[in-house]
Amino acid sequence: MAGVSSKEIKNRIRSMESTKQITKAMEMVAASKLRQAQAKVLSSRPYFEILYETINDIVDCNRDFSSPFLTSRQGNKALYVAIAGDRGLAGGYNSNVLKLCVQEIEGKDATVLPIGKKCVDYFRSHGVSILTDTYAEAADISIGDCFSIAKMLSSAYLAGEYDEIHVVYTNFVSVLSQTPATLQMLPLLRQETSKKVSQSDILYEPDAESVFASIVPEYLGGILYGALCESRCAEQAARRTAMDSATQNAEDMIGDLNLKFNRARQAAITQEITEIVAGA
Amino acid sequence: MASFSLKIVSPDGLIFDGQAEKVIVRTTSGDLGIMARHMNCVCPLGMGKAVVEADGTRREAACIGGMISVVDGEVTLVPTTFEWADKIDSERADASYQRAQKVLQSKESSDTDLRMAEARLKRALVRKSVASSIKH
Repeated sequence: MAGVSSKEIKNRIRSMESTKQITKAMEMVAASKLRQAQAKVLSSRPYFEILYETINDIVDCNRDFSSPFLTSRQGNKALYVAIAGDRGLAGGYNSNVLKLCVQEIEGKDATVLPIGKKCVDYFRSHGVSILTDTYAEAADISIGDCFSIAKMLSSAYLAGEYDEIHVVYTNFVSVLSQTPATLQMLPLLRQETSKKVSQSDILYEPDAESVFASIVPEYLGGILYGALCESRCAEQAARRTAMDSATQNAEDMIGDLNLKFNRARQAAITQEITEIVAGA
Repeated sequence: MASFSLKIVSPDGLIFDGQAEKVIVRTTSGDLGIMARHMNCVCPLGMGKAVVEADGTRREAACIGGMISVVDGEVTLVPTTFEWADKIDSERADASYQRAQKVLQSKESSDTDLRMAEARLKRALVRKSVASSIKH
């Protein structure tokens, strides 16, 4: 009886070992991808921030309210660009951002533009209307794709297909902390807590309408690219942490099982000795 | 010469942050030169050469897409691509030029192909002209 159980334990230890190897490998892959992604985030962050500030300054100084990009509409039709990962096993990364997105779209006549396979699958199975699933592979999206999405979004907005456009992504705060966030892309709204508002007018060359028509898609593209960089980096960080703790758990369990195995082996030996002694 | 604070930032990172005396960029409606105490303005950028004069030195760059904004004396240049003349990969620009030419000449290209090739051709020409201006 003891022999069977020690064999079972041995099998479990073996399977645990191979699981540990897998999680360890995944952790190392995530760690090296994280380094690349982090470098990208750090270099793109100033662009993201300055672009955002500059547009806000322009909106703050704006006296010309003719541009449709700057006026909020009454309607309830919203488009959400949701950025999640392509694969699971990344801790709460996918579920956190998807949960936030579901909260946001509640009560709205919402369409989603999902980026990332997990995101496409989730919204498809929940019956949310999806704009397009061309961008299912989050890892393959280049900056050029971001600008073409942006062009498509701004023309759809101008055509009145949507009244507001948001992006839901994950902020890479640090290697250990990633927070999901939403950002309103359109319409561009004046911020109530703005610091100094310039008193002088802005010169738009050639004219306000064409300036906004050409800088807004650029701005959206830049913001999308920034959000994508942040999300990708957050995904790798989340996966690294998750796989690190999985490896840790596997080690703990292997330790426990080894102890159990040794005890069972000892019990079997003791039993054999007792049997031999009793037989003699 | 009076200077103003200039920031140049592209998706590749912060390229310039400091005081400059003059900056000239190609906007969609022609070249625009900005010096200190310029009035507030916002212009979308076209494709072309950008010139930055700072600390008495003049540097040229290929600057494509994006916008320039002057708000309260602070100038922010947010291009889609910005490459200093000495950092331009002219071999790559040449190859891109050849590829675009091929697409434009072939009869089977679709409309989108043609549009993209045309844009690529323009970018390559800007890069080539900026890169060659530094050599002579």
